[in-house]
Amino acid sequence: MLVQNAPSSIPPVVTVTNLVKQFGRFAALRGVTADFPPARLYAILGDNGAGKTTLLRSLAGLSAPTRGTISVLGATNPREVCAEIGYMAHPSLLYDEMSAMENLCYFARLYGIRDPERSRNLLCRAKLDPHLSRPVGQYSQGMRQRVSLARALLNDPKLLLLDEPFSNVDVGSAREMARFLGELRDQGRTIFVVTHQASFLEEAADEFVWMAEGQIVNRTPSLLTTEAR
Amino acid sequence: MTGSAGLTRATLFKDLRLEWRSKDATNAMLFFALLVVVIFSFSFDPTAEESRRIAGGLIWVAFLFASVVALNQTWARELRNQVLDAYRVSPAPANSLFLAKVLGNFVFVSVLEILMTPLFVIFYNLRALGPAYQLWIVAGLGTWALVVNGTFFAALSLRTRSREIMLPLLLFPISIPALLAMVEATSSILTGEFSAKFWIVLLVTYDLVFTMASLFFFELVLHAE
Amino acid sequence: MKRAFPILAIATVIFLGYATYQALVVAPTERTMGDVQRIFYYHVSSAWTAGLLFFINFVASIVYLARRSQKVDALALASAEVGVVFCTIVLVTGPIWARPVWGIWWTWDMRLTLTLVLWLIYVSYLLLRRFSSSGQTPVMAAVLAIFGTLDMPLVYFSIWFFRTQHPQPVMGNGGSIDPRMLHAFFVNLIAFTCFGLLVCWARYRLEVLRQEVEEMQALESLLEVRSSR
Repeated sequence: MLVQNAPSSIPPVVTVTNLVKQFGRFAALRGVTADFPPARLYAILGDNGAGKTTLLRSLAGLSAPTRGTISVLGATNPREVCAEIGYMAHPSLLYDEMSAMENLCYFARLYGIRDPERSRNLLCRAKLDPHLSRPVGQYSQGMRQRVSLARALLNDPKLLLLDEPFSNVDVGSAREMARFLGELRDQGRTIFVVTHQASFLEEAADEFVWMAEGQIVNRTPSLLTTEAR
Repeated sequence: MTGSAGLTRATLFKDLRLEWRSKDATNAMLFFALLVVVIFSFSFDPTAEESRRIAGGLIWVAFLFASVVALNQTWARELRNQVLDAYRVSPAPANSLFLAKVLGNFVFVSVLEILMTPLFVIFYNLRALGPAYQLWIVAGLGTWALVVNGTFFAALSLRTRSREIMLPLLLFPISIPALLAMVEATSSILTGEFSAKFWIVLLVTYDLVFTMASLFFFELVLHAE
Repeated sequence: MKRAFPILAIATVIFLGYATYQALVVAPTERTMGDVQRIFYYHVSSAWTAGLLFFINFVASIVYLARRSQKVDALALASAEVGVVFCTIVLVTGPIWARPVWGIWWTWDMRLTLTLVLWLIYVSYLLLRRFSSSGQTPVMAAVLAIFGTLDMPLVYFSIWFFRTQHPQPVMGNGGSIDPRMLHAFFVNLIAFTCFGLLVCWARYRLEVLRQEVEEMQALESLLEVRSSR
C-alpha cells in the first residue's frame, strides 16, 4: 500500500505531524501525519471538504495550524522559506487589468527579480506571447492558468504547491501542463498538486495521496481504477 | 533597504497605472466629491463672515466622506482573484506594500481635494485672512492622517462582515484629534484670528505616531487569516 | 480563587450600600446646585472606573500580542465591555447634571469629551470583535485597542487647546468642597471601582467558560468522525 522508494538518508522536504486545522467548530484537518521525500510529484486527491486545499495552504504558510507541526524545507514556519516556495491557487492571483508580462514583471519584484528576461522566458515556456498587451482578465481560462503557473515559477521554487491547475482547462493544455510538471519534477523540484482530475497526472505523478474528512487515508504509487479508499 | 523602497515605488506606480486604466471607479468618486460639495452648499448658506468661521469644518467633513469612498477601494483589486495571497506567500516586506497603498491613497484623496476646494471657495466666497501658505501644510498633514489610518483600517476590515461600513466605524473615532486639528487650523488660517501653529504641531505628532504604529502592526494584519 | 468571588461580591454590595447612603443621605446638599449635585459622586466615580477598565484592556491587549494566551484575551474583552457600560453611565449622567444646573445639555468639558471619544473608540472595538470573520479576531482587536490608547494623549491635548481657544463651561463643583462631601466622594470612588472590577471579573469568568465550551465542541467534532470510521 505505502511505497517509499527514496533512501532514508535523504531528509523529507515536507513533514507534517498531527496537523489539526479548525475553523471554529469545523475541523478541516484532523491530525495529518506524513512525510514527503523530495524531488517527487504528489497528486492530492479526495472529495470536496476532504482538507486538500487546507493542507496545501498550510504548507504554503497561509494557514497557521491549530495544533501539530509542519516542517517545510527544514523550517517549522513555511514563511521562513517562502522564497523557495511557489504557490498557485484556484483563483488566478493575477491583476485582471494588466497584461501577462506586466503581471509577471511586477510579481517578480516581490522576489527581488528586476530583470524582465525571466518573465519573458517563463511566458515563452508556457507558450504565451510576452508581447501580448491584452489584459489577463480577457484571456481564456487555459491561458490564465498558464500565466498563473508562470507566476508561481518566478522565483525558481524548490517546492511547488498547485491547487486545481487543470480546472476549466481544455484537455490538450492540461496534458501539456502535466507533462511540464513532470519536467519540473525531473529538475529536482518537489511538487504537490491538488486536483479532481487525477487522470491527467497518471503518468507524471510519483504518488497519489488520498484524503478524506481531514486525513490522509491512502498513498498509492499509481492511480488504481478501483476505489482506493 | 533600497530593495523595499524600489518595491514600494513599483507597487505605487502599478496602482496608479491601474487606476488610470480603469477610470470608472475614479470617475464615480470624483462625481461623488462634487455632489458632496453641492449638497453642503445647499445646506449651509452663510454670509461671507460666517462662512469663514465654519468653512474649515465643512471642508474637512466633506473631504472625510469623500476619502472614505476612496479608502474603501484600497484593497479591492487585491481581493479579486485573491491577489493578497500572492503577497502573503512572497518574501516581500509587508511594509513596502502598505506604504505604496498609503501613498497611492494620498495621491488619490489629494486629487479629490484639489477638485473640491475651488468649488468650496466659489460657493462660500472664501478668502484666507491669515497666512494662506499654511493651508497647504495643513492639507498635506491632514490628508496623510486620514489616509495612513484609513489604509490600515481598510486592511483590518478585510476580514469582517460589512467591510465597507466597518472602515468608517473604525476610522472616525480615532481620527477625532486629527479632525479637530484640521478643522481648527483651517478656521484659524481663514479667519486670521488665531495662530494655527499648535494644531500643525499636533498634526505632525499624530502623523508620526500613527504612521509608526501602522508600519509596526501591518505585517500582523496582512497575515491574519 | 473561587471562594474569593462571592466574598468580594458581598463586600462590594455592602460597600456600595454604605457609599449610596453617604452620597444620598450623609453628604450635605450643595448650596447652589441642590440635590442634583449628588450625581457628581456617580458621574466622576464611573469615569475613573471606566478609565481603569480601559487601562486593563490596554495592558491585556499588549500581553495578548506577546503571549497569545486565550485567557488574557478574555480579560481584554471583559474589561472593554464593562468599561463601555461605565462610560455610558458617565455620558448619561453628564447631561442629566448639566441641564438643570447650567442650562445646557452638552458641553465640551474635558472629562465629558474624553469619555465620549473613549466610548466611541471602544464601541468600535466591540463592533470589530462582533463583525470579524477572521480566525484571529483577538489579534486585530488588540491592535485596535493599542491604536485607541495611543490616540488618547492626542485627544487630550487637542481638547485642551480647543478649550483655551473656545472657552467652554466646566462641569464641576466649583468652590470649596465640604469634608463630608469629600468623604462621600472617596467612598463612592472605591465602591464603584470594586463594583466595576467585580463585574469585569464575572464577565471574564463567563468568557473563559465560553472558550472552554467552544474548545470542547471543537474537540468533539474532531473526534467524532474518527470514531465513526
